[in-house]
Amino acid sequence: MAVLEQILKNGEQPILKVVDLHTSFTTDNGEVQAVNGLSFNLNPGTTLGIVGESGSGKSVTAYSIMRILESNGHVTQGKILFNGEDISKYSEKQMADFRGNKISIIFQDPMTSLNPVYTVGNQIVEAITLHQQVGREEAKAEAIEMLKQVGINDAERRFRQYPHELSGGMRQRVMIAMALVSKPSILIADEPTTALDVTIQAQILELMQELQKKYHMAIIIVTHDLGVIAQMADEIVVMYGGRICERGTAEDIFYNPCHEYTKGLLKSIPNVDNMKEKLIPIEGSPINLLNLPKGCAFCARCSKAMKICLEQVPPELRMPDGHLASCWINVRDNNYIVDEEAAA
Amino acid sequence: MSEMNAPKKNLLSFQIDPASFEPATDEEKQQAEVMSESTSFLKDGIRKLMRNPLAVGSLIALVLIVLLIIIAPRIVPYGYEEIIRVGGAKDKTITNLAPFAWSEKEQAAIAAGTKLFPHIMGTDSLGRDYFIRVIYGTRVSLIVGLFASILVLIIGVLYGAISGYKGGRVDMIMMRIVDIIYSLPDVLIIILLSVVLNQTLDKGNPVVKLLGTNMVAIFVVFGLLYWVGMARLVRGEVLKIKNNEYFLAAKATGAGSWHIIKTHVIPNCISVIIITTALQIPSAIFTESFLSFMGMGVQAPMPSLGSLANNARAGLQSYPWQLIFPAIMIVLIVLAFNLLGDGLRDAFDPKLRRQ
Amino acid sequence: MSEANKSEYLVEVKNLKQYFPVRTGFMKTVPLKAVDDVSFAIRPGETLGLVGESGCGKTTVGRTLLHLYKPTGGEIYFEGKQVTEKNIGEFRKDMQMVFQDPYSSLDPRMTVEDIIGEPLDVHKLYSTKEERHQKVIELMNLVGLNAEHATRYVHEFSGGQRQRIGIARALAVNPKFIVCDEAVSALDVSIQAQVINMFEELQEKLGVAYLFIAHDLLVVHHISDRIAVMYLGRMVEMADADELNENPIHPYTLSLLSAVPVPDPKTAKASQRIILEGDVPSPLNMPSGCAFRTRCRYATEQCAKECPALTDRGNGHMVACWNR
Repeated sequence: MAVLEQILKNGEQPILKVVDLHTSFTTDNGEVQAVNGLSFNLNPGTTLGIVGESGSGKSVTAYSIMRILESNGHVTQGKILFNGEDISKYSEKQMADFRGNKISIIFQDPMTSLNPVYTVGNQIVEAITLHQQVGREEAKAEAIEMLKQVGINDAERRFRQYPHELSGGMRQRVMIAMALVSKPSILIADEPTTALDVTIQAQILELMQELQKKYHMAIIIVTHDLGVIAQMADEIVVMYGGRICERGTAEDIFYNPCHEYTKGLLKSIPNVDNMKEKLIPIEGSPINLLNLPKGCAFCARCSKAMKICLEQVPPELRMPDGHLASCWINVRDNNYIVDEEAAA
Repeated sequence: MSEMNAPKKNLLSFQIDPASFEPATDEEKQQAEVMSESTSFLKDGIRKLMRNPLAVGSLIALVLIVLLIIIAPRIVPYGYEEIIRVGGAKDKTITNLAPFAWSEKEQAAIAAGTKLFPHIMGTDSLGRDYFIRVIYGTRVSLIVGLFASILVLIIGVLYGAISGYKGGRVDMIMMRIVDIIYSLPDVLIIILLSVVLNQTLDKGNPVVKLLGTNMVAIFVVFGLLYWVGMARLVRGEVLKIKNNEYFLAAKATGAGSWHIIKTHVIPNCISVIIITTALQIPSAIFTESFLSFMGMGVQAPMPSLGSLANNARAGLQSYPWQLIFPAIMIVLIVLAFNLLGDGLRDAFDPKLRRQ
Repeated sequence: MSEANKSEYLVEVKNLKQYFPVRTGFMKTVPLKAVDDVSFAIRPGETLGLVGESGCGKTTVGRTLLHLYKPTGGEIYFEGKQVTEKNIGEFRKDMQMVFQDPYSSLDPRMTVEDIIGEPLDVHKLYSTKEERHQKVIELMNLVGLNAEHATRYVHEFSGGQRQRIGIARALAVNPKFIVCDEAVSALDVSIQAQVINMFEELQEKLGVAYLFIAHDLLVVHHISDRIAVMYLGRMVEMADADELNENPIHPYTLSLLSAVPVPDPKTAKASQRIILEGDVPSPLNMPSGCAFRTRCRYATEQCAKECPALTDRGNGHMVACWNR
């Protein structure tokens, strides 16, 4: 039904639909629920930001979609629909063909994601020949063209260089070039600029926006940085303790947050307006995933927590402005509208 | 359960008790936020070790072997150098018996009603009880392994820690010395040393007499040559610790070198030291067995597992068990120590820890 | 600052230089100028923010200031007395440091009590075991840690709690000055605010001065009275925090400020950024003259010839630029 609604709304079907995703890790200390019932839609050509702090499950979500979790992690429940097809049912072989072809990913640390013993060009050519039936020479020409596309000057020379000869920003550009060789419909960027300096971060973010327009690809950007999210994202998913807090358009989340965690987060960051005031922090410590509470993941740190928050997981409700939030306070204050299609 | 107050045009109404919308107390909230049980690094490591079946099995095997070599000589009435006599008389048929077999005279004695202790592993070519010889051989091998490893531990840790902590030129020179020692052929050195020591050591010295000059040579060689591996590892670890900010933090508080070594460097090296020592023991046992096999080990009649195996070579086709028993013992000990060492590494090495 | 009396400063740094030898070939070393000719002063109870990108030498400034590295050149004064290699021991109690990484800055083999108690041990600030314990508990309460956790090991704490332990350790000897080296950078957003607030509260309560080193301009602006900006080992601009934000002069500060992502979608998407071209040059192969000229849009010939000195543009706003 939600799909139908999306079609009616946007005239376009979401390219990626994640439904009730659960991912857990088996560790020495027991089963860790890293992602717990996450759902979201990604529309073609738009950017979805997944924001949360360490341990919120934001990166695990990205890895679950790509199926590149560590060996002790596994998706236990849920669907990952790419153009309506459930890729979580794919075999390893199908998945290998799919990865880097339809969806690509770039990581936080471009140094460790490039192989230090091969030249940059070699690695891009490798990525091209993996998914396309082209000759070596053709692939090389394409690789150099790709390097130019990501704003690397002197591409022929860079082609022959090794990763350690490049700066951090340059390496991230190479990673992006590699991710885009097969013109994927979705690019997942896992903390793509966290390891970079602000001036370089600005360059990379701009590049990503430029390439998005050019290739009409959808981007999922995973980050803890609200500034990056504000600049990049059309829609935002806020996560805490493996659960979804709130999702909606960037404007809804930033200007009308309806979950106590999102509200707290926005108040706790320094910005131009609150320079002279004390920051209002969220008290307490991040959640221990081994010891998830019965109710809302955020309840222990929430200043407005109610008895029910400790006992029951809040339902996801549609806010009057149309975005979705999972907070019991909205139920108490009757601050929601009934979504007939979703309810049915 | 009452209906939500003031339900607007609610299609799906929440059947919730309004009381549950009262603010939760801090106490209630705290219950939701439990800190996991306190564990020290050591406790956590031991817990992980205990969950590794191979390591636990090895540990049990080693404990059993140690108990065996302590208890067996008290129970078995034969000595390791004693040629067995029955009723005070020599017995020609008592040589090279199979396990649990009796010689003719013994059979006669048993028939006469005397109780005799069985030869669990038979006897050797001189008519000595083989079981007790294997037990003593194991004793020698374990003691050699242990002491050689302690020697390596002391020299290696001190050398490596000083080299790593001092750094710069001191480190450079100390490590070049290590490189030179690494390049010396150890077997050659042992042969040379045992020849030299044979001539110079005081034969009247009871320790030398018991062990034999070869054995002393083995210890000296371990002390001189084998510590280099340990020294390198400890140095590397110290260099890593020096890179940690807590090292700088201790300096920033004004702590002196000795305080830093004592409170920060050594405790953080300890897991590497334990693991390396656990792996050093089997290697020392192996070396000793190998040297004894080559005839450069303990002095006869004192057996070691290596020399037992060597003696058994002659009658290999007729009495294969004389080789099999010491060989099994060596394999068992070396394997158990190696598996235990691996288990210790998995449990204590911070690099392999997973949250 | 010219009219100010010298003794008014708690910490004064003059022409600090820190060069590290870097081996570039066989038997050949080249000095890496991590910090080159940096001068600043901090008043008692004041916070000076130090910002710059990775590799600009800001961490080295903090460490050299505490003589964790031996300075290549320059002078450091604490309360008017010069700090040297020989007498640094006297100042260790007054100058402390909080480190960036709350994971590697605390010894994993020690309990919280021993970590916080270590400076007390080193300076022998107690007579009985009971007194030491009491002091540790006091410090833990001061930084908002549950005193029941004194016997726990650090790996059981979250990043924010660990940073509190690190702060308690720095406060144990009652310092007058603390170098905070990226002290909140490794923390989660929601925890960052707690720690920033704590730094501010401790300053109000104890009157300590901070050198607050960070790369996050918004955080630095929030906590600092004055801000200094570094680029490739040199200071390019220093001014009051608000003045620097409202009226940046140096082209590098300008682009740094505009590159900071604003946590507000409308402003972020509307604002015109000054995006710097290219990368930071290697400190081993620095451009002649002004180090920033290779990325600067105002660069002229003069910039290549001579390195501009910091000059006062009024109200203590110091800038090192030929063209602006």
